[in-house]
Amino acid sequence: MRRVALAAVLLLAACAGRQNVLNPVSPGNRQVNTLFWWMLGVGAAVWALVIVAFLWASLRARRRTREDLEVPVEPVPPEANRRATRIVGGLVALTAIILLVFLIYDFTVGRALAAHPSRALTIEIIGHQWWWEVRYLDPDPQRIVVDANELHLPAGDTVQVKLLSRDVIHSFWVPNIIGKRDLIPGYVSSIFLSPDRPGVYRAQCAEFCGHEHAKMALPVVVHPRDGFSQWLQRARTPAAAPADSLALAGRTVFLAGSCSSCHAITGEPAYASLGPDLTHLASRRTLAAGTLVNTPGNLAGWIVDPQAVKPGALMPANALAPRDLRALLAYLETLK
Amino acid sequence: MTDPVRPLPDAPGVAPGPAAAPSPPPPLLDADALARDAERLEAVWRGPRGFWGWLTSVDHKSIGKRYIVTAFLMFLAGGIEAAMMRAQLSGPLRGLIGPDRYNQIFTTHGSTMMFLFAVPMMNAMGLYFVPLMVGARNVAFPRLNAFGYYTYLVGVVFLYVSLFVNTGPDAGWTSYVPLAGPEFSPGHRVDVWAQLVTFTEIAALAAAVNIIVTTFKLRAPGMSLNRIPIFVWSQLVVSFMIVFAMPAVATASTIQLAADRAVGTQWFNPATGGDALLWQHIFWFFGHPEVYIVFLPALGFVTPIVETFARRRVFGYTAIVLANITTGFFAFGLWVHHMFATPIPELGQSLFTAASMVIAIPTGVQIFCWIATLFLGRSRMTTAMLFVLGFLFTFVNGGITGVMLASVAFDKQVHDTFFVVAHLHYVLLGGAVLPLFAGFYFWFPKITGRMLSETLGAWHFWLFTIGVNVTFFPMHILGLQGMPRRIYTYLPETGWGGLNLLASAGAVVIAVSVILFLINVWVSWTAGAVAGPNPWASSGLDWATASPPPVYNFVHPVVVEGRHPLWDTVGPLAVLTGLRTDRREELITTTFDALPDHRHQSPRHSIWPLYLALCMGVVWIGSMFSPWFVLGGFALSLLGLLGWGWQGSRASGPELVATPHDLVEAS
Repeated sequence: MRRVALAAVLLLAACAGRQNVLNPVSPGNRQVNTLFWWMLGVGAAVWALVIVAFLWASLRARRRTREDLEVPVEPVPPEANRRATRIVGGLVALTAIILLVFLIYDFTVGRALAAHPSRALTIEIIGHQWWWEVRYLDPDPQRIVVDANELHLPAGDTVQVKLLSRDVIHSFWVPNIIGKRDLIPGYVSSIFLSPDRPGVYRAQCAEFCGHEHAKMALPVVVHPRDGFSQWLQRARTPAAAPADSLALAGRTVFLAGSCSSCHAITGEPAYASLGPDLTHLASRRTLAAGTLVNTPGNLAGWIVDPQAVKPGALMPANALAPRDLRALLAYLETLK
Repeated sequence: MTDPVRPLPDAPGVAPGPAAAPSPPPPLLDADALARDAERLEAVWRGPRGFWGWLTSVDHKSIGKRYIVTAFLMFLAGGIEAAMMRAQLSGPLRGLIGPDRYNQIFTTHGSTMMFLFAVPMMNAMGLYFVPLMVGARNVAFPRLNAFGYYTYLVGVVFLYVSLFVNTGPDAGWTSYVPLAGPEFSPGHRVDVWAQLVTFTEIAALAAAVNIIVTTFKLRAPGMSLNRIPIFVWSQLVVSFMIVFAMPAVATASTIQLAADRAVGTQWFNPATGGDALLWQHIFWFFGHPEVYIVFLPALGFVTPIVETFARRRVFGYTAIVLANITTGFFAFGLWVHHMFATPIPELGQSLFTAASMVIAIPTGVQIFCWIATLFLGRSRMTTAMLFVLGFLFTFVNGGITGVMLASVAFDKQVHDTFFVVAHLHYVLLGGAVLPLFAGFYFWFPKITGRMLSETLGAWHFWLFTIGVNVTFFPMHILGLQGMPRRIYTYLPETGWGGLNLLASAGAVVIAVSVILFLINVWVSWTAGAVAGPNPWASSGLDWATASPPPVYNFVHPVVVEGRHPLWDTVGPLAVLTGLRTDRREELITTTFDALPDHRHQSPRHSIWPLYLALCMGVVWIGSMFSPWFVLGGFALSLLGLLGWGWQGSRASGPELVATPHDLVEAS
């Protein structure tokens, strides 16, 4: 119960700045943010000058009646024409200079962002319709952690993220930490994340990917450095067999029923990879890719009728007997 | 080759106006002769009356009017779709429209606005006004013109019938593969999109070829290249852009996407060696110039409006023409800035950043030249001028966010968010729709012979401009707050509800303003003040004939002595006589200097353009179901081509004319 309350508070309290370009929490994004404010400031000034010049030029000596249109149109005196040519030429040159300065500024920021520092860890993120698979890679295959719909990062370290897609194009974007990179089938691309302020942020798919593009979010948890190693250590532990009988019955429902045809649980004979890995389902903050707060009630609703939450989602409805559902929920609650 | 140069008994000769000679001889044309010629021309150029005449008409004004009305109906349809989206997004987790329907609506909105409203509307304005502005009787290829319109119309009906039977396209107006491919979009929804694009391509190419040849070969004698009105220049540049851009999208949608879906080619399937990024390159190689195809003609509307109401010849004619050409050229070097989030090497991206920034310069040149024109003159704030003001207010904002988006680093933060939605609507509503409304208020009298109400017009202006800004400005902030585009809903905890509600309120204001405009059109068309030939005392040849123009446009080809014929010449314009009045004869002039070159017989009314457009419908709509329809449709169209090309005994080949001596000297 406390965990639920905490999750709800986190969701609500942090919402203002946790999916926001203007609240950068990585060195790279702080540079982008400065670039943005400069471009905005200079751009706004240019805009204001153009509008004022237009208003002044057209209202300075305006005509009011239709008959005024009948006056013959005189040629412009050569002196006025020359002066106008000089002013317009000067303005065009000024425009070019402003653009050139921004171009160079942008290149320097781009260069800084493209630097590839040494990294502590490589994470693979695979886009699916409409959820995220997250794999914490390790040279030792036994130590690879497979997770879904939540990304954990250490603060103050650089993490390499490899991006792949299993179906259509998705786009990975954590506004506070890093700009977009598309997940394109047939391509593996690599980006570097260096968040430096712990907190919970929110990412959301940024390339239209079909029906539930709107509900394909990814909570991003940035831990203090020690907290992250502890989390990773915990995540490496496979699921333990449940102790109480209800949960044991739920395990049977999971393995014998339809759940295990799509979902995997490390440590159990459930290996399917069509849906998210559920080894640590109970410790996640959200369900259905950042759509629902992870409460038993929401989980039950999601299992029984996913289409009510995400119409078009690939998970079918599961008409479980109430007893089975209760058992299944008890079992899933043990998957910390 | 066999035609000798034959000065006919009625060889063309100049009937000089007062400016042509120091002491003008008595005019050769008296009012009776003019009336007699007008009567004969009316009989020859007017097709059959009634419904049949309407179906077979090849008059550029008749086709142009239909084009304008159809495209405006599409603007309304796209607007209704936009209103539905704004209703759904007005609050978090609204249940008005589910994702399946929402995706069809936003895709249809984008496709309608780009393919069925913006490009056809700009083409339509060109097809109606370019012949009038260059002093021609019709476009160069009148039957092709009718064919283009009917092809477009088939596309319009096709898309909306599909939408109403729940087969509206739903992969976005950009139809990115593999989402739009056969595996992830089974059924016919994306087929509808791919073939809709085919119809628009054909129609746009027909219009472009027509405008190019009309501009190059049908200009009034004396209208050398450096005297072509800016409006016509922008149409010319855009027509060349269409000729280069449309084949790209034809390749992508018709040859590749439709073939992947219909006959199992593997262009875009990475599993079999295809490439999903290929689609984006080819699509945007068309898609980015498309924006300028919509926007340059709109800038072309602004110039004549500014010079007319400032009572000054436009400042920097040459600079504006060169700016148009430069923009048209650079527009093809920017497409990758739609793909900054894809894994493309940084060095390659930086080239496109530079190009995207450079293209701001020619647009700046045009804006500075208009301000200089206004400054050098004394202006009158009519409704058309108010819309020019609204255009600058809105468009310059979109231009500045455009420069910001050219930066790769910043673009990656706001790409595919509501910031980009805001940007593109500022550019397209600001840069194309507001100038288009300015153009409507300016040229409505020419098309209908009656003035639009200026009072209702002012209301329309204020509500529309305020509505646009209230709707789209908050979207910049929403994008920075992380709201991606093309989402059918959002969660309450995102905090996007308030600004979305504001945007939806703005959409209501836009809707009210457009209704006011429709009322204005209705009231003014039936009971507005009679306009007369030149109500704004403007300078172009379009104002040198009656409003609405007679079916043959001008009794005699007008001789042009400057860039602003009606301002440069005191008294009546000189005309060229000697064209036959017993058949549809046109004067072809040379490309550079517009010297009379030969006579040309313009084709008569015909039903075959309509028939051929319907055959194209069989080909492309049928191809969704079976490739055999392609063969069948082309077989049917052979009959149409035969009928189209059948000349009968009345026709004759081109006849060269002797160029009048004094015209050569004058140029």
